[in-house]
Amino acid sequence: MSLTNIQLDNHGRLRHFLTIEGLQRQHLVEILDTAESLSGVAERRVKKLPTLRGKTVVNMFFESSTRTRTTFELAAKRLSADVLNLSISTSSTVKGETLLDTLRNIEAMQCDMFVVRHAQSGTAEFIARHVKPHIAVLNAGDGRHAHPTQAMLDVFTIRRHKLDFANLRVAIVGDILHSRVARSQIHALNILGAGEVRVVAPKTLLPACVETLGVQVFHDLQPGLRDADVIIMLRLQRERMQGALLPSAQEYYQQYGLTEERLALANPDAIIMHPGPINRGMEIDSAVADGPRSVILEQVTNGIAVRMAIMSITLGTHTHPFREDT
Amino acid sequence: MRIAIRGGRFVDPANGIDAVTDLFIAEQRVAYLSRAPDGFHPDREIDARGLVVCPGLIDLCARLREPGQEHKATIASETRAAAAGGITTLVCPPDTDPVVDETAVVELIRRRAKAAGFARVLIVGALTRGLAGEQLAEMAALKEAGCVGVGNAAKPIINTLVLRRSLEYAATYGLTVFLTPGDPWLSAGGCAHEGRVATRLGLSGVPVAAETTIVARDLALLAEIDVRAHFCHLSSARAVEMIAQAQAQGLPVTADVSAHHLHLTELDLGRFDSLAHVLPPLRSQHDRDGLRAGLASGVIAAICSDHQPHEVDAKEAPFSDTEPGISGLETLLALGLRLVEDGILPLTDAIERLTAGPARILRLETGHLGVGAVADVCLFNPHHVWSLEPHTITSRGHNSPFLGWEFRGRVTHTLLAGRLVYEAPA
Repeated sequence: MSLTNIQLDNHGRLRHFLTIEGLQRQHLVEILDTAESLSGVAERRVKKLPTLRGKTVVNMFFESSTRTRTTFELAAKRLSADVLNLSISTSSTVKGETLLDTLRNIEAMQCDMFVVRHAQSGTAEFIARHVKPHIAVLNAGDGRHAHPTQAMLDVFTIRRHKLDFANLRVAIVGDILHSRVARSQIHALNILGAGEVRVVAPKTLLPACVETLGVQVFHDLQPGLRDADVIIMLRLQRERMQGALLPSAQEYYQQYGLTEERLALANPDAIIMHPGPINRGMEIDSAVADGPRSVILEQVTNGIAVRMAIMSITLGTHTHPFREDT
Repeated sequence: MRIAIRGGRFVDPANGIDAVTDLFIAEQRVAYLSRAPDGFHPDREIDARGLVVCPGLIDLCARLREPGQEHKATIASETRAAAAGGITTLVCPPDTDPVVDETAVVELIRRRAKAAGFARVLIVGALTRGLAGEQLAEMAALKEAGCVGVGNAAKPIINTLVLRRSLEYAATYGLTVFLTPGDPWLSAGGCAHEGRVATRLGLSGVPVAAETTIVARDLALLAEIDVRAHFCHLSSARAVEMIAQAQAQGLPVTADVSAHHLHLTELDLGRFDSLAHVLPPLRSQHDRDGLRAGLASGVIAAICSDHQPHEVDAKEAPFSDTEPGISGLETLLALGLRLVEDGILPLTDAIERLTAGPARILRLETGHLGVGAVADVCLFNPHHVWSLEPHTITSRGHNSPFLGWEFRGRVTHTLLAGRLVYEAPA
């Protein structure tokens, strides 16, 4: 199988958006700059651009999600696209239809973009390898592998608060093992040249050889937070208490919960991020989540502009295959 | 039928022969070597100049998918593929459907194989009923029906007491036990080697410890039971060390490795290549090198194909949703020869691990070509460069991560008991 990055076309431009890994700094900067220029749209009285008029975007969600789906939907609508929302987990697949069958059926409906979320790692890439060439595929989260639009909105949020990535210390705290968000964030931060990316977690919540992703590993929260400029707290699923990954929610909160007291170890202007939905009292104290340094709701807002940017960039390469992109 | 095979490089590792010589076959057996008496008039002459003539390959593990999964392959289709791969004997593990825990299933497989007539199919019977790991299978009856050993296929017995008793019971009847180590908890849900690649791709990992904990447990039990045990397709360097140690202590344990584990690593998963989805998983380069060293030293006595043919749909899904396994009959020899090219072991040793080595594990009289031996013969052109393409595959399963690879060395003729069962198109 070819190792070439199928999300790029022959000119090295994004035609799908599947993973941050393997992208160049210029790809990320283009998305961030485009998102910046699009973020004004929401403040207008008429919150629409004609960019994707006549295009159809399909939200193919094999795994339930309200927020991610909604922001993709809003992003598409603000670009004047038609949007079709499909929750597939409960319909076709239980009837024995294979993923490829489902794909062919939706493809037959003459759509232009698939936004895919699936519980298995590699699904968005699998779909991208099998769709007709005019369709762009965006990964809205696949298993533990990647959630690249989330990572882009995170670095977009960071860039709005911190001008320079080079001197930045970023601490990602929590369930790295199961987190597609963390994997994509790590790639994005490293490509943008972040000074130091740390992961902080007990050994049971870290994947094997995690350091090969380009991170410093901490098991203790205190040194992990010291002098951090950005703290990203990950959601801890309650079911991690089963399967002997953690003894109890209480102990986890005691060891890894972000409280105001612990926040004092970080840089005074550190920002607090969380991909949501947050578990108050599990990984983060309410006072911190709602406090002045929290940018958690800003992340949600930024998600729309960033997804608009990614949609217009990827569909742009499909609609103008022979023209230099602007 | 009388056959004269003239002018080939005759490699018979069991008899220590590697020389250019002639081979004469009559009445299904090797009649003469180097020269035949004046009265010998062959019905067929094979010009073997430039070819290697060696014993037919013996494959310790090949799923034929029959009975139970005929939509994937059949005994007829896969034994035909075996013949095309120079394999004259293959061993079918007991995880068919129904399971080989009754003599009727043994008889069915034997009958179908005989009707097809392309290869000898030997059968490993079930160690426990239904492979459930709870009750002993009727091993005495299975032995009587012709099983060459007993095993629990890819389902290790969890209950240590049941395992101990099944080993003792197998020992009672002198049956070799085939063990496939894999801890069910450590490998639960896993589809890739627990390491940097699985971490990057977000795939659930199967740690090396899933293999080594079970090898350690089994060896501890074997130390107290006088039974021949064979460990099937090892995947880790550490497991090889453990087997080496046990052998050094005098335990009658043997091991094999699949051809793909000798050539591929976790890196071959690329970007979720489901053709490289196999269990045990492809591990690190360190593990691959350990397996190669174990093969070269003889700790690992055989290379098997671990053939698992699949229909196309089985591999067309997100990685972890695909079925594990590689269609390997037709690349077994080529991958063995590639080890010679890579300088891992000399040609005679590579052929030994594909013929006499597995024959010893199975206690067969084949696997060599001394005068009087059954004439199971493989002829191959060691210089023929070819590449594996779907249309060149005889097996019903085209699921190979080696598609597109260029190989040197290809089977030209396969003889089963002196009968030509495969001849490469000119």
